[in-house]
Amino acid sequence: MDALALFLQTAIQMGTPMLLATVGGILCEKSGHLNLGIEGMMLIGAVMGFKIGQVSGNPILAISAAAISGGLAALIYAIITVTLRGNHIVTGLTLTIFGTGVANYIGKSIVVPALPESVKAPFRSINIPLLTKIPILGKSIFNQSIYVHIAIIIAILAYIYLNRTRLGLNLRSVGENPAAADASGINVDLYKYVHIIIGGALCGVGGSYLSIVEIGWRDNLTAGIGWIAVVLIIFSTWDPLKAMFGAYFFGALRALGFQLQSIKLPFSGETISVPIQLLDMIPYIATIIVLVLITIRKKEENQAPASLGSPYFREDR
Amino acid sequence: MDIPFVELKGINKKFGTVVANQNVNMTINKGEIHAILGENGSGKSTLMNMLSGIYMPDSGQILLEGRELKITSPDDAINAGIGMIHQHFKLVDVFSAKENITLGKKDGLFIKGKELSRQIREVGDKYSLRIDPDKKVYNMSVSEKQTVEIIKVLFGGARLLILDEPTAVLTPQEIDNLFSILRKMRDDGCAIIIITHKMDEVMAISDRITILRKGESIATVNTADTDVKSLTEMMVGRPISLEIKRVTTDPEKVKPILNVRDLVVEGVGNQRLLDNVSFELSSGEILGVAGIAGSGQKELCEVLAGICRPKTGSAIFKGDEIIGLSPREIIRKGIKTSFIPEDRLGMGLVGNMNIVDNVLLKEYHNSNKMFMSRKGSKQISEQIIEKYDIKTPSVYHQVKKLSGGNIQKVLLGREINLAPQLLVTAYPVRGLDIGASYQIYNLLNSQKQDGVGIIFIGEDLDVLMALCDRIMVLSHGEVMDIVPADKVTKEQLGMLMLGHKNFDTEGHND
Amino acid sequence: MIKIVKKSEVAGIRATAYRLIAVVGALICSALLMLALGHNPIEVFSNIINGSVMTKYRLIETLRRAIPLIILSLGISVAFKMKFWNIGAEGQLCMGAFGASFFALYFPDLPQIVLLPLMLVAAMICGGIWASIASVLKLKFDTNETLVTLMLNYVAIKWISFLQYNLWRDPEAKGFALIPKFSKNAVLPNVFDLHIGWIIALVFAVIIYILMKHTKLGYEIEVIGENKNTANYAGMNLKKVMLIAVFLSGALCGAAGMIQASGVEFTLNEQISGGMGFTAVITAWLAKLSAPAIIVTSFLFAMLLRGGDFLRVQMQIPSAVSDILQGIILFFVLGSEFFIQYKFVFSRKRAS
Repeated sequence: MDALALFLQTAIQMGTPMLLATVGGILCEKSGHLNLGIEGMMLIGAVMGFKIGQVSGNPILAISAAAISGGLAALIYAIITVTLRGNHIVTGLTLTIFGTGVANYIGKSIVVPALPESVKAPFRSINIPLLTKIPILGKSIFNQSIYVHIAIIIAILAYIYLNRTRLGLNLRSVGENPAAADASGINVDLYKYVHIIIGGALCGVGGSYLSIVEIGWRDNLTAGIGWIAVVLIIFSTWDPLKAMFGAYFFGALRALGFQLQSIKLPFSGETISVPIQLLDMIPYIATIIVLVLITIRKKEENQAPASLGSPYFREDR
Repeated sequence: MDIPFVELKGINKKFGTVVANQNVNMTINKGEIHAILGENGSGKSTLMNMLSGIYMPDSGQILLEGRELKITSPDDAINAGIGMIHQHFKLVDVFSAKENITLGKKDGLFIKGKELSRQIREVGDKYSLRIDPDKKVYNMSVSEKQTVEIIKVLFGGARLLILDEPTAVLTPQEIDNLFSILRKMRDDGCAIIIITHKMDEVMAISDRITILRKGESIATVNTADTDVKSLTEMMVGRPISLEIKRVTTDPEKVKPILNVRDLVVEGVGNQRLLDNVSFELSSGEILGVAGIAGSGQKELCEVLAGICRPKTGSAIFKGDEIIGLSPREIIRKGIKTSFIPEDRLGMGLVGNMNIVDNVLLKEYHNSNKMFMSRKGSKQISEQIIEKYDIKTPSVYHQVKKLSGGNIQKVLLGREINLAPQLLVTAYPVRGLDIGASYQIYNLLNSQKQDGVGIIFIGEDLDVLMALCDRIMVLSHGEVMDIVPADKVTKEQLGMLMLGHKNFDTEGHND
Repeated sequence: MIKIVKKSEVAGIRATAYRLIAVVGALICSALLMLALGHNPIEVFSNIINGSVMTKYRLIETLRRAIPLIILSLGISVAFKMKFWNIGAEGQLCMGAFGASFFALYFPDLPQIVLLPLMLVAAMICGGIWASIASVLKLKFDTNETLVTLMLNYVAIKWISFLQYNLWRDPEAKGFALIPKFSKNAVLPNVFDLHIGWIIALVFAVIIYILMKHTKLGYEIEVIGENKNTANYAGMNLKKVMLIAVFLSGALCGAAGMIQASGVEFTLNEQISGGMGFTAVITAWLAKLSAPAIIVTSFLFAMLLRGGDFLRVQMQIPSAVSDILQGIILFFVLGSEFFIQYKFVFSRKRAS
């Protein structure tokens, strides 16, 4: 029982940065913009959150720095793809390269890879009274860093925003058919900018989870998590609630990788090692399978926003 | 004198170096239906798009009830009570009717589903517009989509309603229905602008007419004081007969060449896109195909071109079965299709390539070597340009940069140059001005006289009735009837298009 | 008020001029950034040039970096021309390297003249098959190829790690997880002090150029990329062409893997591609998918990469700077495309 709770707890922790980045990516893609720069924005957020946290000793400043720097990186992407109508794929890839460069450059100035206690303390796991008493789920969900809870709340809010509010409806129309949105009096470019930037900010915060809570700063610390987020966006069929389960599922796979390296066989007591690299493949193969499944099902509502990846210019005829 | 509801003063608009509108002046009053008449390319849509905020005029003024109005975005237009129904509907496919209708409205943060459905029914009842608020747009027919657009505009409280070519995709009966709704709105005090190039509709619906020619406003006249002849003259700029000639073919050249039997094509979920289609075609004959958009025209073309395999059925071309052959084998047999589904460049041409490379499309596979040469295509391109008087700076000019008529001529020229025996052509005059359209009709007629069998898929019933020998009407993939073009009426065609099979057609002999 | 309007498209030399202006703009922007970070930009730029081409050794090292970029970009360009967004060059390179290493490790004693071509062919087949997974899925299920190829990158890299840590781990490497070094016969010979890969790259460039410009297949790839409906209508076999083109694309990327393994690393390891697959997407795109231009852009990017390494040694500037520079240059070039088709119009409020 405890082992299972611990495993779930770890899975949720490992899924949290992915969840934040995925929700950010969903908001961005719902505006019709495919952003492959998530990895870059996460790295920038990670390094800035860490650096500012270290310098200021203020946890709120640290998270804000992560969000703002992620948002600024997304702003570059927005200017090029929205206003200047650049190719989404190449711009996104470039943002990842650029972000990696910026993060590693700033990272070089971090000499001591430790955060002051004032920044670390608020993000430690907290026990929410009573709720933690629920068997298994209690510990795994409610005995967590506040980051984890914020991520869950953001995902739920994003879901309500997209599906229940006018702004969300408008945003979806921008991603589906910008010409229709425009003709309905919606400021298409504004919606795109705002959601690309918010998306970037969430990626930044997601990155900062890695540097502030999980690992500390090191070069390329995201190690592909940003790309998994790109996948999770599709995996979740652009739904923030499903993204939550997707992220924790992938988190579990990450956790599994750590735990399964050696298994004690129950009877003989022998230890066999399971090649961790093969386990690491699972998320990616699972994603391909899911991709195939959603394309086979061809449900209109499950498809990518119709205008994803294509530029919009009002006077195009 | 009353102040007009909307007044346009000296409107100018250029796209790059192309003048779209020049010194346009017009007024629109409350409670009138105002038609804007002009050929394709005369700047009607551009002008109206400036009223609805899609474009901004380079210079000129728009006055609303005597006060100058700056429209810099669709939002400004909506706030001023101007609503436009575009020719290509601007609806989000995956949204329901009510989501589309409420899109862009600014009342409250959350969407109130039930309340909204009730309000939509209310507006609908007033003008007898029926729509299921929860139906998804991707499940809707063309006329349902139009209904959603109209309700959406009314819902926004529009006092000026602009409709861009609203009848192009409707059957005569649906047109009647639309017109009675428009009249009701007019009587309620709405101002309505309807863009069209069809004379009889203009005469039937409008109170006043403004004629545009080459981007300029030529005149505004009262419908009661004018007639088709003088309207046409103002529209084209010279007296012109709008009659399309039906030429006769030397009977010796008329022999059966194509026999299609029981074609069935199934789409998603076993829905029949073509349902037991059978017909015959002779050389030297033009067979028209009429039907509401999406009634199986595309599938018919694709079957004859070999792109789509039918589930059952046969098509015998000069004694040989062509079902099951690859497109290339069919091309070699002398069947040429120039099928243009949505826009001219949709199927048949590559917009980003030059004329030579587009001609190459039907030539390149003739050599058996891996490498190919563009020499032959260049010669052919030069011939086509000369023969059909295509206006282009050079054979290496990108096709998409040519004008609509010239693009169409490149396409038809290439096909005709291959000496076809069967020519399938879909919407060949879509978007062309009158002059260019007549050149195309003449081209088809001369092919007919040379003994080519032609299948002409059209949307303008007047043209079909004037140009073709027989008209085949499709509805939901089924052949409703094949009627002689000179004996059928528009209303009868309309009934057939809507799927009503059983009525008496005079002189109908099948 | 600022408005965007379309203008008649700029073509040919003027379009190139726009891109050059963008690069100059990027350099100025980078210079300002350098200044802000406390480095002398002139020194930085001259060091990049100095470090990448100014001595024979440095030039050769730069070329060594350019070779895989050229081949990968060529591969990518074939798929991109068809609007098949293969961003899986990274994985295809790995699988190519895997195929080559298989023969290098299991048949180390074959004569060089047999072994090397065998390795190249194996690499190309492995890379081609790896890419074909995406095209087959696309044809069968209409699955998005961008994401499939992206995922396959990670699967391939993990596969190589698995080989490195488990299956092919060299027991003699003590505590280190390493795959044994190739035998002499499995190593690419040098021509003019650089492994023969440079000749292979040039040959590939010529072949791809001719393929795209003068063969039926190239023409079909282009037509399909531009307009699938038209291609169908003209009787092209879309499936066949897509399978061939994507296989070819992957095969070239696989060849790059063989060259890296056999010419640079002399073994297989999980860092064999090191992000080059993504950089190559950019060089291919910058070159507008034209083979001759790919040689130029790949070389310039190799200069930046090498220059970045040199900066670290010479000026103690982190080599991350070269990533930043790449990013800035690309952002500018990406942005400049806009001005080829559109322009901004600044208008004061019209006087009424």
